Amino acid sequence: MPATVITYIIRRLFAAVVLLFVVSAVTFAIFFLMPKLVGATPETLATRYVGRAATADTVRETAQRLGFYDPIYQQYWEWVKGIFAGADYSYGSGVEHCPAPCLGYSFRNHQPVWPDLLDRLPVTLSLAIGAAILWLLGGVAVGTISALRKGTIFDRAAMGVSLAGVSLPIFFTGLLSLSIFSYNLGWTAVGGSYTPFLDNPGEWAYDLLLPWITLALLFSAQYARLTRAGMLETMNEDFIRTARAKGLRERTVVVRHGLRGALTPILTIFGLDVGLLLGGAILTESAFSLQGLGKYAIDGITNYDLPKVMGVTILAAFFVVIANLVVDLLYAVVDPRVRAK
Amino acid sequence: MSQSSEDNLAAAAANRPAASGAPFLRVRELRVHFPTDDGVVKSVDNLSFSVDRGKTLGIVGESGSGKSVTSLSIMGLHKRGTAKITGEILLDGQDLVDLPPDQVRQLRGKRMAMIFQDPLSAMHPFYTVGNQIVEAYRVHNKVTKAVARKHAIDLLDRVGIPNPKSRVDDYPHQFSGGMRQRAMIAMALSCDPELLIADEPTTALDVTVQAQILDLIRDLQAEFNSAVIIITHDLGVVAELADDIMVMYAGRAVEYSTAADIFNSPQHPYTWGLLGSMPRLDRERTERLQPIKGTPPSLINVPEGCPFNPRCSYAGTNGDLSFTVRPEFRDIGGGHHIACHLPAEERQRIWDTEIRPKL
Amino acid sequence: MNSKRFITAVAAGAAVVMGLSACGGGSSSNGGGSGGSGGTNTPAFNAALNSVFNPSDKKGGTIRVANAGTWDSLDPGETYYGYSWNFIRLYTRSLVMFKPAAGNGSSELVPDLAESLGQPSDGGKTWTYKLRKGIKFEDGSAVTSKDVKYAVLRSTDKVTFPNGPAYFEGYLNLPAGYKGPFKTPDINTDSAIQTPDDQTIVFHLKQAFGGFDYFAQMPQTAPVPQAKDTGAKYKEHVVATGPYKFAKNEIDKGFTLVRNDQWDQSTDPNRKALPDEYDVSMNVNADDIDNRVINGDLDIDVTGTGVQPASLSRVLGDPALKANADNPSAARTWYTSINPTVPPLDNKACREAVEYATDRTAYQTAYGGAFSGGDIGTTLLPPQIPGATNFNLYPAGPDNKGDVDKAKQKLQECGQPNGFETNISYRAERPKEKAAAEALQQALQRAGIKLTLKAFPQGDYFSQFAGNPPYVKANKLGLVLNGWQADWPDGFGFLSQIVDSRVIRETGGSSNTSVRIPEVDKMLDDAIGETDKAKREADWGAIDKRVMEEAVVLPGVHAKALLVRPKKLTNVFVSQAFGQYDYLSLGVA
Repeated sequence: MPATVITYIIRRLFAAVVLLFVVSAVTFAIFFLMPKLVGATPETLATRYVGRAATADTVRETAQRLGFYDPIYQQYWEWVKGIFAGADYSYGSGVEHCPAPCLGYSFRNHQPVWPDLLDRLPVTLSLAIGAAILWLLGGVAVGTISALRKGTIFDRAAMGVSLAGVSLPIFFTGLLSLSIFSYNLGWTAVGGSYTPFLDNPGEWAYDLLLPWITLALLFSAQYARLTRAGMLETMNEDFIRTARAKGLRERTVVVRHGLRGALTPILTIFGLDVGLLLGGAILTESAFSLQGLGKYAIDGITNYDLPKVMGVTILAAFFVVIANLVVDLLYAVVDPRVRAK
Repeated sequence: MSQSSEDNLAAAAANRPAASGAPFLRVRELRVHFPTDDGVVKSVDNLSFSVDRGKTLGIVGESGSGKSVTSLSIMGLHKRGTAKITGEILLDGQDLVDLPPDQVRQLRGKRMAMIFQDPLSAMHPFYTVGNQIVEAYRVHNKVTKAVARKHAIDLLDRVGIPNPKSRVDDYPHQFSGGMRQRAMIAMALSCDPELLIADEPTTALDVTVQAQILDLIRDLQAEFNSAVIIITHDLGVVAELADDIMVMYAGRAVEYSTAADIFNSPQHPYTWGLLGSMPRLDRERTERLQPIKGTPPSLINVPEGCPFNPRCSYAGTNGDLSFTVRPEFRDIGGGHHIACHLPAEERQRIWDTEIRPKL
Repeated sequence: MNSKRFITAVAAGAAVVMGLSACGGGSSSNGGGSGGSGGTNTPAFNAALNSVFNPSDKKGGTIRVANAGTWDSLDPGETYYGYSWNFIRLYTRSLVMFKPAAGNGSSELVPDLAESLGQPSDGGKTWTYKLRKGIKFEDGSAVTSKDVKYAVLRSTDKVTFPNGPAYFEGYLNLPAGYKGPFKTPDINTDSAIQTPDDQTIVFHLKQAFGGFDYFAQMPQTAPVPQAKDTGAKYKEHVVATGPYKFAKNEIDKGFTLVRNDQWDQSTDPNRKALPDEYDVSMNVNADDIDNRVINGDLDIDVTGTGVQPASLSRVLGDPALKANADNPSAARTWYTSINPTVPPLDNKACREAVEYATDRTAYQTAYGGAFSGGDIGTTLLPPQIPGATNFNLYPAGPDNKGDVDKAKQKLQECGQPNGFETNISYRAERPKEKAAAEALQQALQRAGIKLTLKAFPQGDYFSQFAGNPPYVKANKLGLVLNGWQADWPDGFGFLSQIVDSRVIRETGGSSNTSVRIPEVDKMLDDAIGETDKAKREADWGAIDKRVMEEAVVLPGVHAKALLVRPKKLTNVFVSQAFGQYDYLSLGVA
């Protein structure tokens, strides 16, 4: 049994590596091939990375420096090689070695991407995990109560609010809540606040409280609806009637028998959501000016900074793949019927 | 409905079946109504019956006749607020209808237990069989998990699960259908209930397994001396198991007597229909099985007169009585109750000349 | 929803009227604050536009700064944003600088590192500066003219510093094949820059350039110690010469400036250096910045381009907020290029028809109206550029909504009496340009000129599309929405990249797409070489007029920005050189 699990994991990880290559190659191709289709040349691409009114020589030299004259597959190969073997990079007065895994240097500000990613990961990690806990608890609680009190005022109100929660854009709710709770009431930290967990856990939580709540609101709305639907279905199952017939307390029936069944499908979505968020909560990070992976990705995209985009893409894809794997393994833990197969 | 017929009925319940002392379960004038947007669904309407310890009552009827609703009412498993329950359900003299929900809960699984139709869906797929039995035992008995587990293994052994020590840790999907039902029975019996309700206990099972399960229930009843109610749409199931049989139609009892009476001299055309649709191996086959024509009525708009009249071949043989007056549920002698307008001699004639020969 | 918006608009309009009258009353009781250096403490709309608001000499405190984006570079050799040139004076000193003063004085150049402005010789081909004595780097070592020379030379290495301006390599008489001090360290560069002694630096140009002091004010002349230069990584550890130095610097995230104890006030007549510290964060949500500045939780939105649309009506609609706002002009013109390479716009009368038919009010509205958009422009040069004159060759009727009759007459003249069809391009990411293109489409429709809108991504707008001459011609981009901000408030800084036909490259990438007038090229050369300031400035005006006569540029708006005045700061005033608050003189109240 454990041996098969291990081979299963190894097989999945191998598939993940292949997938990461595909994702990176596609990202690379989109970045270079799309402009090529409308007639971009190495020089026009390089124009993005020089100041205004740069001379033709500057443009050419920049194209040279960024390797735009090489065929795309070679540029991609260089990038891949950097991951495994590291890369050397000239900063003018000297040469810097970027050790493996080297995800390249920003086209724009010459900073190596990998340390930047590592620098920003804790922010996104803190945001995603805190919010995930909140939304899972909140969404499941509200959804469960709604399902048990289907049709009551609580149910209607909760579902109404959650519909609003799903529809309201986070840059709106984020700024609104900042304006109310941070600037007018002074209860929460101002935008852009972040303290590393290891520096001061209390401060860390205080700074992230509002982003957590805002992000969690968006997701908990969805989870409340999912939980409600799942609970309505599960609470009509025969095994719930059996549980009641045993004389179990209603709380035990709901939590141990109802929720356990209803939450299993939610686990899948939860895993994927967290995996996706770990690649950067773009809108939340933007609204709250948090320097996480999402903001980094936005930076990269708006500035045509390919190495940054590649870095975040790879990391995000990695998280999604891992989250998928974890969900599948967890599923086997949770649902014995899956284990048998 | 006249006052007299109700008196009649109450008296019938008190008299039937002849027993020593008060019956363990007595249901009187039970009504279970569900208000819906389309009208009131009268799932059970004015039902009375009783069961003694050590005795078995079979409740027979098509789906929608109210037999399962009756059993869920006894167990107190209807959702609060959705069902309007009136009448009396006396369990060992205690009226369950008025009892606070939490007290009914404490009786559930302890003094009264239930076996459900489909053991696969009725057991939680995520917990082991043993776990689910342990849970049922520990709600009502303050014992350690180890003790409960040992009890569970004993129970599994008692219901005929081979190698119970290892099977106790299996999940329901790892059991076969018959084994699951045995496990289900073990779970129901975990607290030695005095009343056991089996709702279609064999419907989802193979024919060969059906007989084993029925045997098991009978053996266990003898062992535990509990009152048993078997709910089924199949007279064959209760034929050898039940002491009494109550036939239900459209939420009401249409015939209620000893099992011998029901099989030997059934009086109600609906019972005849049920007998006709039942395969009999103990007699020579004469004709094809006779399914009852038509479909069960809506419980919101129960037909005027006799509820069975749209499907009854003999409706109209005594004027328009069947279409206008609801037949009384009355004792026709020896505790044999029926609700039918047909005169006694006519019933006897039809049974003797038209029905019995074809069975 | 709609009616609510309407009410807000009406309220905003009413507030505008109230604000204007309040402003007039305030200035009369003040005895006229528009003179220049006078100070005021009374909050009023535009109170910091021409005078110092809350004058004070109190030292100490921290100024909190935010940037919605990131610096292009903190390296003085590479940065090219106006706000960065404004801000960089806190930690570096270049040879010359814009005077930190309110009103018109702020576009004057004053010596900073140098003792005086540049001394021209050889007809403007040679410029000499003498450095002040006693100026030190933050590590205590003395600043010499060699450090300035090195700084300028390294900035010409565009492989290492691609973002910076390229004036020096264009004008200095550098030896052929010179690629900067990293790649060609052994080439003698005395033909371009000489340092006869530690205090003297002499620049030699290939051609006469009268406005060299404007070059000398660029951060590229701020000294860089060669031993500490780490090329592209120098921006992580810039060695300060100004009153502040970096205490912490996280690229693209933020930095902190603290006092540089090696800076000596006696060597620096321009800087007050009031606060103890500057805290700067980058990548901050733009709307959040507005809210925090309005609430006083943040002092400076460093890019200084004005509040976001969401905050605009809020600030204009609340008299109290409006009294804490200023509406300076930026040396920027939003305009439309009329490409004579696309028939029938090769005919001047057809181009004039476009000029006449334009609804200038609608153009202004598209850019956000008078406060956040700017004033209607009829010239290419914004008014604050010395030499700019106010003229209008194509009057757009009494209500500024276009002269359709005149346009039709011009169409007749160019042989297109029923009008013609052409395309108009804009940057897809810029809703204001889209709105302007739509306004033009509607206005020109009235004369029978049919425009089709074409959106292109802004990153490749000039390199591949609107600034790529073969593409423009092949795809009939008759009109191209465009905009330009001067590198500094001077005709050369404004005009050289947008009216010189020689900067147009067939491979694309030029901001000039439509001005191909040999006479203008010649006029530019003459003006550039002119060392007499007054004459030179008059030349710029003449060039502007000459370009407008050819109807190859359709001016739209001379840009303005609505800035929220920092609540807790002193010495707040707008620098005309940068079109935003002067960041050098601020103090904390």
